[in-house]
This record gives sequence, structure tokens and C-alpha cells, in this order.
Amino acid sequence: MRPVYMVSGGISKFAKARPDKTFQALCMEAYSYAVHDLGLEVGKLNELADGCVISYFSDHFARQLMAGIMAQDYLGLCPKPGHRVEGGGATGGLCLQEAWKNIASGHMEICPAVGFETMSHVNTWKGNEFIAHASDVSFDYPVGGFYSGYYAMMVVRHMMEYGTKVEDMAHVSVKNHMNAFFNPYAQKRQKLTIKDVRDAPMVAWPLTRLDICVMSDGAAAAILASEEGVKEIEKASGKRVKKVKVTGIGRGTDAMRMADRPHRKVPLMPHEQAGDYVGKKWHGGRLKYPGIHSFRAGRMASLQAYEMAGIMDPLEEIDFVELHDAYTSSEIQTYEDMGLCKYGEGGKFAASGKPFLPNITYGLPNVDKDPQKGKCPVNPSGGLIACGHPVGATGLMQAVFACWQLQKRIRKHLKKPDIQVQDARRGAIHSHAGTGTYVTVTILEAEGGR
Amino acid sequence: MAPKKEIPMRLPETETATEVYNLPFPQLPKDLGALKGMKPIVVKQPYHIDYIHSYGQDSPWLAALSNGTILGSRCARCKNTYPQPRGHCMDCGDETEWVVLPNRAKVHTFTVCHFGSQEFLPECPFVLAQIEFKGCETLLLARLMGVDPYKPSLKWVGMEVEAKFRRLSKTKPTDVYFVPVGS
Repeated sequence: MRPVYMVSGGISKFAKARPDKTFQALCMEAYSYAVHDLGLEVGKLNELADGCVISYFSDHFARQLMAGIMAQDYLGLCPKPGHRVEGGGATGGLCLQEAWKNIASGHMEICPAVGFETMSHVNTWKGNEFIAHASDVSFDYPVGGFYSGYYAMMVVRHMMEYGTKVEDMAHVSVKNHMNAFFNPYAQKRQKLTIKDVRDAPMVAWPLTRLDICVMSDGAAAAILASEEGVKEIEKASGKRVKKVKVTGIGRGTDAMRMADRPHRKVPLMPHEQAGDYVGKKWHGGRLKYPGIHSFRAGRMASLQAYEMAGIMDPLEEIDFVELHDAYTSSEIQTYEDMGLCKYGEGGKFAASGKPFLPNITYGLPNVDKDPQKGKCPVNPSGGLIACGHPVGATGLMQAVFACWQLQKRIRKHLKKPDIQVQDARRGAIHSHAGTGTYVTVTILEAEGGR
Repeated sequence: MAPKKEIPMRLPETETATEVYNLPFPQLPKDLGALKGMKPIVVKQPYHIDYIHSYGQDSPWLAALSNGTILGSRCARCKNTYPQPRGHCMDCGDETEWVVLPNRAKVHTFTVCHFGSQEFLPECPFVLAQIEFKGCETLLLARLMGVDPYKPSLKWVGMEVEAKFRRLSKTKPTDVYFVPVGS
């Protein structure tokens, strides 16, 4: 496989509703930003591109089948190769990896990946119904299908197995909303306290409205290229491209029905040992895995991506993570899946300084005074909880923020430098579909490596 | 947690609108660029579908529920038993056999839904639970009744529950639900 680079990205403004534009024009908003960032006009990049990949999650939300080709057409990328990518909440992450495959395989030299979702076309509760149709319509949905309920059941079990507290979850909400305060792309920019999160209306016990991401309209675009593709872009623009190398790709899966998750052994990371998950502190003398407290797909995706990128101890070797925090609880579960801490330590990790940005004051003494603050910032952008979650765009949004971090261009694109991770050399992005059915992990590195 | 009574600050947004037969539009301006400043037209598009849904090979599981029995799927090779039906084993791919599951089980985890999908909003708050059967590899998603949704507690996890069956079957997995033993 050949080296693949992300050369630029763009994000539309995410909002509760964007009636000002159709989904095609939202895609153009993100795509043209990414192209202009390369110093090119859209027509020129379209000439150079060998094809594209378009992602959106729901035909129900779009109320339009084949919306992928309609976006490709509007962007001006017909009649070149293309296809639509879909995989629930991981749609955007899968789209990025499909573009990577196009380049890595030698099939293409330049390939844009563009994703969108327009969720405002129905009310929130109908939207929840649509999303719940991405659970088994024979055995899950009719019982009271509601994704927030599914994740709530997962975290209740996490609390039982590991002693995770609702306040740990609230730390994630405070962190991500505060980070987003410095991100003008974000849908929600709020300074919150633990109490605010816990006092918000209960949605699915113990998850409150501030533990859960919101519905959004938006689009995001990432442009990927081979060495040869980068040269073509540089030749056309007369400018040097600040390349971000894709050094690791991983994907995992699990059963759609959350009840169908078995209870077996933990697939270990290099820095873990079998003995870590055996002993009296576990119910029945060993950790039964994944059960419904953990995402086996997230662990599998991480293991693959880390092996490819040569990562042995993720907390020590990754500078920041943009992960799929549709729920504060799933961010905590994902810390463990990604090996930022061991299984069972996610709650404590959330309430420590480690996943916070070092130079932002959060008003949380245990965090702000922690000498380990900023060890590995998680969701410096604000994540899904604060940026919004226009599903087909979300995984690509993470790629764009990660790209800008590694290019050291947060100030340029956000007009504010606050969330720039100093000395960011290697980042991980993580995209996740309903209760962990599809999970992608992608490792991105600045030129020159870590 | 009791529901908070809040004083409404705004009229609710509804999906009903007045029928409109034409739209205001200026005499065609010389500079058509001005039209780019026009606000979007937003219309209602109804969408209703009746599906002809088959439960296929899982049909006996639903027929059993409507007769007061919970079936499970068992793999003879792997010894896995699945309380949610699956025609083939998740490990070896062998065809599974039907077995009868006990009516007593435990709560593995739960939640109280104070909101939900549109279809279930009128039922809020309701309790969803994953039910754990002795000797089963996986779980069963069901409603838990007979507990106070305003007083949720982690103590509910591990609680012994028993199956109750709807007298009038709806041919849905909610034909079975669970209540604490002895209630």
C-alpha cells in the first residue's frame, strides 16, 4: 500500500437547522473551503481529482435516495468514479477510510471525501425514531426504540462493573462544551458546571440532556492524495502543501442487537496483561467482555490502527484524540477501548486532567490543578456533544479538526488559537456507529512524524 | 426524579400550517442577484408507509410469546443459548434449535426513558431493561414494569424478575415484559 496524505479539509457551519441551503450546497460549502485552502479553485481540483466518495447516514432524514450522486453532481465531480458510503454513526469515518483505500491501492491519486446530514427536516422526536430504526426493527425498536436509552443501559452496566459515577460523565460534558467555546464551528458553545449537567432535564436515566449530543445540519470534506497527487496539487497552486500522513487504519464491528453481545475475554493491547482483567474486583473473578459495558468494535479498530502505526502505548504516543462522544458515557467507554486507560479506569480518567486541554481553565479544581492536565487532550474541538452530529459529516469533521491541529493551523481556521494542541505530531480519530456496531480508528501524523 | 413544572416561555412549534396558494415576489428586479438574499421556502412533505414485515425464521419465537412461553435459540456445537432468536449461531454458523427459557430471570441493566422516539412519547417515562437468563450467553431487551420510574436505583441491577405476558398479543417482542418477583 502506498502512503496517503490528507492535504486539506473544510467544514460547513453546523446548526440545528440550515434551511438556507440544500444538502448539495452544504457539501459545496465544506468542499470549496477545503479546495480554497489548497490555493485552488473548485474547477481546478475537480480537474485533478480522480473521483470521490460521498457519505450520508439516513435516507429517511434525506427523504431522498441516491443523494450521494446528487452531491457529487453538484460539486462538479461527474462523470468521475464515486460511491456513497453508509455505516450509521461511523458513516463519516468509513468515508474517510474509503477515500484512503482509493489512494493506498493506487486506484486514485487525488480523492475528496465529502459527507453531510440534514436532520432538521423532521422534529427531534421523529428524528429519534429514524435513528432508532438503526436498531433491530423486529426486536429492539418495538420495545421502545431510543438510542439514548440504549446507551443509558450500557453506562448503567459500566457503573455496576467499574463504579463509574455520573459526575465522571459530567466532566466530559463540561470539557467538551468548554473546548467548543473556542471553536466557532461548534453548534453549542457553553460554559457549564458539573451541577448544570446533572440538573439538566433527564432524558434516559442517568443521561441528562447535557450528556447527549444534538441533531444537526452540516457537511464536512477531506481531501486525500498520494505523493504524486500532492505534486500535482503543488504544481497547480504554486504553493507547498502541508501534508498530514495517514499512518494507521482500523475498523471493528459488533452485533446490531446490543443484547446479543457475548461475555468473553478482553483482546489485549501491548501495554496490558491478561492478569489485569482477572481477580476478585471483577464480578465472577474475571472481566466478562465486551458485555454491554464496552465496545468490542472500538477495541478491534484501535488494535489494528495502532499496529499499523506502530503505537505500543497510546496514552504516551498519541498527542490528542478526536473521538465519537455522542454520549458522555460513550466517551468514557471509548477511553478504555482505545487503551488511553485500562478497562474500569474510564471514569477516573474522565475526572482527571489528562483528557483536558492544558491552557484552558475549566473551573474544576481536580482537573485544573492536576499536574497531568493535558496529557492527551480528548475532543479539543468540543466533539459531537458541542460541535453537533450531522451524522454523515461527523467522522470527516473529526478528520478536518485533526488535520488542522497537525498542520498547526487552528488559529488560521478558527480565528482563535486556544484549542491548538502544542507540538501536535500524532492524532487519533475515532468514529462510531450505534451501540458500537461499526467503529473506525484512523491515525494521522504531521510531516516528519513523531 | 419528579418532573419539573416550568412556566412556558414560548408557543410550541407545530407541524401544522396554513395552506398558501401563492407567494409574494417583487416585480422582477433588474438585479437578479438580490434574489440570493431571499429566505428559503420551507414546505411540508407527508410520508406514510405500511410495510408488510415478516418475522421469517424467528416467527415461532413470537408465536410462543403469544402463548405464554419464552423460547431461546441454542447451538448444539458451541452450547450458546440466545434469548433473542437467531437461526444460526454467532460463532460457528450452525443452525440453532429452539429451547424453552425459564420465566424467571435477572435485570442485567436498565434505564428510564423520559423522552423517546415519537411513537413512544405517550408512554414516557418507561423502563427498558436487558434481561439475563441463567445459562444464556446473551441478553433480552424488554420492558420492566412494577418499579417507580421516578426512583431509579442501581439496586435494580441484579433484581430477580419474572415474565408476564400480554393477554391480547400484539405480535411484538413487548408481548412479554418483566416485573419484580413477588409483585
